[in-house]
Amino acid sequence: MGMTAYHRPTTLLDALAIRAGADVAVLAGGTDIFPARIARAAWGDPTHRDVLDISALPGLRDIEETDDGWRIGCLVTWSALARRTLPPLFDGLKAASREVGGMQVQNRGTLVGNLVTASPAGDGIPNLLALDAAVEIASPRGTRLLPVAEFLTGYRATALAADELVLALHVPRLEGAQGAFRKLGARHYLVISIAMAAGVIATDDTGRITEARIALGACSAVAQRLPGLEAALLGVARAQATRVPQPHHLEAITPIDDIRATAAYRRDAALVLLQDLLEARA
Amino acid sequence: MIDLAFTLNGAPCTVAAPPFAPLSDTLRERLGLTGTKEGCNAGDCGACTVLVDGAQACACLIPSAQAQGAEIQTVDATQGAVGAVLARLRASFLAHGAAQCGICSPGMLMAAADLLLRDAAPDRAAVRDALGGVLCRCTGYAKILDAVLDAAPKAVPAPLAGEAVGASIARLDGVAKLDGTDRFGADEAPADALWLRVVRSPHASARFSLGDLEAARRELGLEAILTAADVPGVNAFGIMPNLKDQPVLADGLVRFRGEAVLGLVGTREAVAAVRDAALPITWHPLLALHGAEAASAAEAPQLHAHAPNNLLIEGRLNRGTPARDVAHAEGRFTTAFVEHAYIEPEAGYAQPAPDGLGMEVFACTQAPYMDREETARVLGVAEELVRIRPSACGGGFGGKLDVSVQPLLAVAARKLNRPVRIIYSRAESMASTTKRHPASITARMAADAQGHFTSYEFDADFNTGAYASWGATVANRVPVHAGGPYRIANLRNRARAIYTNDTPAGAFRGFGVPQAAIATESLVDDLAEQLGLDRWEIRRRNAIGRGDTTHSGQVLHASAGLPECLDALKPDWEAMLAQVASHNADEPRIRLGAGIACMWYGCGNTSMSNPSRMKLTLARDGTLTLFNGAVDIGQGSTTVMAQICADALGLPLENFRFVLGDTSRTYDAGKTSASRQTFVSGRAAMETGLALRRRILALANAGDDAALRLEGTQLHVGSARVIDLATLPADLEAEGRYDPPTTALDENGQGTPYATYGFAAQIALVSVDTGLGVTKVRRIVAAQDVGRAVNPTLVLGQIHGGIAQGLGLALMEEFLPGRTENLHDYLIPTVGDVPEIAVHLIEDPEPEGPYGAKGVGEPALVPTAPAILSAIRHATGVTLRQVPVLPHRLWEQMR
Ligand SMILES: Cc1cc2nc3c(=O)[nH]c(=O)nc-3n(C[C@@H](O)[C@@H](O)[C@H](O)COP(=O)(O)OP(=O)(O)OC[C@H]3O[C@@H](n4cnc5c(N)ncnc54)[C@H](O)[C@@H]3O)c2cc1C
Ligand code: FES
Ligand code: FES
Repeated sequence: MGMTAYHRPTTLLDALAIRAGADVAVLAGGTDIFPARIARAAWGDPTHRDVLDISALPGLRDIEETDDGWRIGCLVTWSALARRTLPPLFDGLKAASREVGGMQVQNRGTLVGNLVTASPAGDGIPNLLALDAAVEIASPRGTRLLPVAEFLTGYRATALAADELVLALHVPRLEGAQGAFRKLGARHYLVISIAMAAGVIATDDTGRITEARIALGACSAVAQRLPGLEAALLGVARAQATRVPQPHHLEAITPIDDIRATAAYRRDAALVLLQDLLEARA
Repeated sequence: MIDLAFTLNGAPCTVAAPPFAPLSDTLRERLGLTGTKEGCNAGDCGACTVLVDGAQACACLIPSAQAQGAEIQTVDATQGAVGAVLARLRASFLAHGAAQCGICSPGMLMAAADLLLRDAAPDRAAVRDALGGVLCRCTGYAKILDAVLDAAPKAVPAPLAGEAVGASIARLDGVAKLDGTDRFGADEAPADALWLRVVRSPHASARFSLGDLEAARRELGLEAILTAADVPGVNAFGIMPNLKDQPVLADGLVRFRGEAVLGLVGTREAVAAVRDAALPITWHPLLALHGAEAASAAEAPQLHAHAPNNLLIEGRLNRGTPARDVAHAEGRFTTAFVEHAYIEPEAGYAQPAPDGLGMEVFACTQAPYMDREETARVLGVAEELVRIRPSACGGGFGGKLDVSVQPLLAVAARKLNRPVRIIYSRAESMASTTKRHPASITARMAADAQGHFTSYEFDADFNTGAYASWGATVANRVPVHAGGPYRIANLRNRARAIYTNDTPAGAFRGFGVPQAAIATESLVDDLAEQLGLDRWEIRRRNAIGRGDTTHSGQVLHASAGLPECLDALKPDWEAMLAQVASHNADEPRIRLGAGIACMWYGCGNTSMSNPSRMKLTLARDGTLTLFNGAVDIGQGSTTVMAQICADALGLPLENFRFVLGDTSRTYDAGKTSASRQTFVSGRAAMETGLALRRRILALANAGDDAALRLEGTQLHVGSARVIDLATLPADLEAEGRYDPPTTALDENGQGTPYATYGFAAQIALVSVDTGLGVTKVRRIVAAQDVGRAVNPTLVLGQIHGGIAQGLGLALMEEFLPGRTENLHDYLIPTVGDVPEIAVHLIEDPEPEGPYGAKGVGEPALVPTAPAILSAIRHATGVTLRQVPVLPHRLWEQMR
C-alpha cells in the first residue's frame, strides 16, 4: 500500500508524460478503482499500481456544444450530465445517469470512467453506442478519434494503449431524435444491471422512423448494437415500433448465467426491455 | 504522505496523509473524526457519506489527494447552513426514532442534508432519491423518510413518574448516535495499539502446512505471526456448552473458505502491506462438501470426529398420528444463506492487564457474558480476569452473538503484551461470520372439509456450515414452531442440522422459524385453494388462541392475540383483495396480488434457563443508577429497561443514570437474542425497581401507593415524609432477577419450551411485472401482539426493520460463499424497495412480562416473506418454493 506512487498533475502535458513513462492506473472519480482495490485486498493482495489522478486537469469538466454535436470532457460526472440542459437525444443517457449507483456515486463517477472500465454491465455504454459516440484519445504521439464500438474490444478490454488517455467523448447531432433507456435490476437503487437497453430514434414529420440505433448491455461480453432490429425499424411508424423486436433480432447476443440471472432469462428479458424501450411516448 | 489543506466543517484544516488513502480513513484515523463511519469501503453502504463542495459523496471512494482545496463537511459540522440543517435533522431523527443502532445515521444525515440544502421542501420521491445510496439494516427506512420530511418534529414530553411505560419517548442513547459521538467497535483504541490482520483460507476444505514463519515475520517487518500454537488456553470456541468445535486459528486443517489461519500483528502499514501469497503456507485442497445434501450423502467424508454422517443434531416433535384428510398439500422448499449485513463490520481492541493474566476487550457484541466465557477459555484464565466492554453495536440481528474478533484480539494482545486492534473488512465479515441457515424442507399438511387443520408433517435439513454455532438451537426451536400458530392435533416434525464445508450458519432473527414459515404458510394457501376458502378465513378458523394447546402440549393461558391480529387485518385484507381484482381486470402485464401469513414465536431460550439480573442504586448523593447488563444493539433495550424500571420504582426517567452492559460493572442480563430482552430483562428491571421501592417505603414506613419525588438528596415519600439520603449510613441498593419458567422437552418434543409467545399476521400487496418477473412490494399491513408496547415508537421500529429484512429474504438476499462477499453482489433492500407499512399493535398482556410486555424483535420478520410469496402467487398463479424470488426464478416458474 505504502509503495504506491501517486501523481496528480495539473497540466495535460505532465499527465501524458507520466502516463507514457510508467505503468499507472488512471483515476478520475475513483468509483471503480477503489472497490476493485478493496476486493483484491480482502483476499490478500494489497498491492496497487501507481496512480495517475487526472482530476486536477483543467478544462475537462464541461459539456461543450461543437459544430457537429457535443464534446463531453472526461471529468464530466453522472450528476453533471443529469443537470445539464440537453436535447431529447440525450434522454437515455440522462436516465442512465440517474440510475447509476446512488447520488454519492453519481456525484463523483465519470461517464468516461464507466466506458474505460468496459464492464458488460456499464450503464453508460449502450447509451454511448446508441448515440454513435466517438472517443477522443490523447498520447504524446498525438490525438485520435475512435468510435465507441471500436474502442471496446472485449470483456473489460479497450483499444486504449498504455500511453493514452481519454480526453472526451463526441456525440454527433441528430435532428428530431429521442433517446431512451431501460434498466433491469433486482432492487431499486445501487444495483448492477441484469440487462439494459438503450436507443436513439429519429422520426420524420409523418412519424416514420428515419434512423434507429439500438443497443443492449449485460447480454454479452461487450454491449452491442442490434443492426437487424435497427434495419427492421426503418420506415416503421413510431407508434408501432414496440411490435418490431423479435427473438431473431437477438441472435448475436451471448448472455451468460451468473449470480444475478440466467442466460435464458436475460435473452427473454432483453426482448421485453426492447419492446418497452420502443413504446411510444405520449 | 502528502500535506493536504482543505476546509473541514467550515474551518481550515491541514493534515499529512497518504494521497491514495480513502478520505474516510484520513478523517477517522488522522483527524479523529470517527463520526464518519465505514461499512464497506466500496461505495456500497453510504455510511461514509460526507459533503464535498456541497454534494454528497462516499468518503471511502475519494483519494485523500482529492480533498486538496475542497470544502468537506461531515456529521460533525455545527456551523453555517450545513450545521443548521443537521441540527434540525437530528431533532427530527430523534423524535421519529429514525436511528436504531445508529451506524447508518451519520451517512443518512449527510445525504439528507445534501438534499435539504438544494430543496427545502422535497417530496417523498425526492427524499428516496437522495437517500438511495445509504443502506440501513435496522429501520426499514420508514421512520427515516418521515424524519427527513418532517420539518417541525414534535418532541414527546418527558413522561411523569409512573407514566413512562407506554410512552413513545426518544431513545435515551439517541443523541450520541446522531451527533457522531457514539463509539462503535472501530471508533476507539489506545494510541499505542498494534494492528491485527487475519489471514484466511481461500479454500473451503484443505490441509495446510506452515514454513519458516520467523523468517517471514522479520522480512515483512511484523511484530508477530500468530498460529494455533500461540493460543494459550483451549484453541476452540462455540455456542453450545458441550461443543466448542471452532478453532480460533486453524491447526493444519480448514473447513470453510474464510476460516482464520494466521494472525499478522504489527503496525497498521506493515500488516496491511502483506500479500498472503508471500506467506509460507502450503495448501493441500480437499474435497469440499457444499450444501446439506452433499454432506449427508453416504460416501461423504466426515468433517468432525463427533458427528457421524455429518449430523450435528436432530430435533423432533411428535404429537398424535398424522394422516391424509379431505384436503392435503405437500411441497419441497429451499431457502438460501442469508447474511446479517449489519452496516458495522466487527471491530474492537484488546488491552492486556500488566499482570499477564487479565484482559479487557472492547468490541461490538450481542452477548458480553458469553464473550467473556469464550475469551477466558481461549486465554486459559478465569472468567473474572476478562472484562468485556461492549462498544456501541452497529447492528447484530444474531450475527454478533458468536465471538468473532474477541478471542483473536485477546490471543494477540497476550502474546505481544500490548493493546491490539482490528477492524474486519466487509468481505472478511461476510466470509467468516455466521449466516442464516439454508433450509431444505419437505412438508405436508391436511385439513378436513370445514378447513380445520388435522395433520402436519415437516422434515428439514439445515445447513449449519463448518461449525456448530447455533445449529442446535435451530434444530430445537424449529420443530416447536414449524406447524405455525394453528390448532393442529397430529404432527410429526423433524429438523436436522448438518455440517458442511460452507460458512458457519448461526443465529439470525428467528433461528430457522422464518424458513419453516415459508413452507407452512404456502401449504395453508394450498389447502385454502383446495377447499375454496379465503386465505384469511382458513387462518382465522385455525388460529391458536387463549386456552388452546400448542404443538408441544403447552396450554396458552394468556397473551395469545393471533385471533385479534387477524381480526384487525380483516378490513385491510378485504380492501386489498378488491383493489387487486379491479386492477387486474384490465391490466394483463403488471399484476397485483395480495398475500397473507401468520406466525408465532417463543420468547427466550428453548427449554433452557436464561435468567437476567439487574441492580439499581440510590446513592447518598442523590444519584439513581440502573446497572443494566442488556446490550442495546439498536432495538432500544436501554430505553425500554429504563421506562420499566422507572415506573416500577415510581420516579421519573430524568432521575436515572445508567451503567450499561460491562461485565465488570453490571450483572449478567443474558444475551440480546431470542426476543428475550424486553420480556426477560424487562421483568428483571421491573423487579429491581419494585425492590428498591419496597426498601424506600419500608424506610419511610409509607404505604404502597406513596408517590416518590427526588430533589437532590431529598427523597420525598408521599406528601408527608422526606428521607435525606445524605444522612443514610449506606447507599440504597436493590436487585431483581427473572428467569422465565420453562420445562424440558421430552423425546417427542412435548413440554413448556417458552414462558410466552409473540404472535403476528401480515398481509402484503405486491405488483409483478409478468414480462420481466420483477416483483415490487407495494404495501404491508402488520398486526402484532406485543403484550404491551412499552415504547410504541421503538416497537414500530422493530416491526418496520423486520419487514424490510423479510422482504430481502423473500426477494433478493442470497449469500453464495466466495461470490457475494460484498454489498453490491449481496443485495439488501434500499430505501426504494421498502413498501408503505401500516401496523396494528395488539396488546394482549402477558402476566409474566413486565407490565404485560413480551418480545418483538424477531416476530416481525417471520410472516413477511411468506406473505409476499402468497401475494406473488395471487398475482401470477405460480407458487414459489425457493427464495429469494429473483426475477429469473419467477420468470422460469411463470413460463
Ligand atoms: C456503489 C456503486 C454503484 C455503482 N453502480 C453502477 C451502476 O448502477 N451502473 C454502472 O454502470 N456503474 C455503476 N458503478 C460504477 C461507476 O460508478 C463507474 O463505472 C464510474 O462511472 C467510473 O467513473 P470514475 O470516474 O469513478 O472511474 P475511475 O474509478 O476513476 O476509473 C475507472 C476506469 O477508467 C479508467 N479511466 C478513467 N478515466 C480515464 C481517462 N480519462 N482516460 C483513461 N482511462 C480512464 C481508469 O483507469 C479505470 O480503469 C457503481 C459504482 C459504485 C461504487
Ligand atoms: S464505507 Fe463508504 S460506502 Fe460503505
Ligand atoms: S439504524 Fe440504520 S443501520 Fe442501524
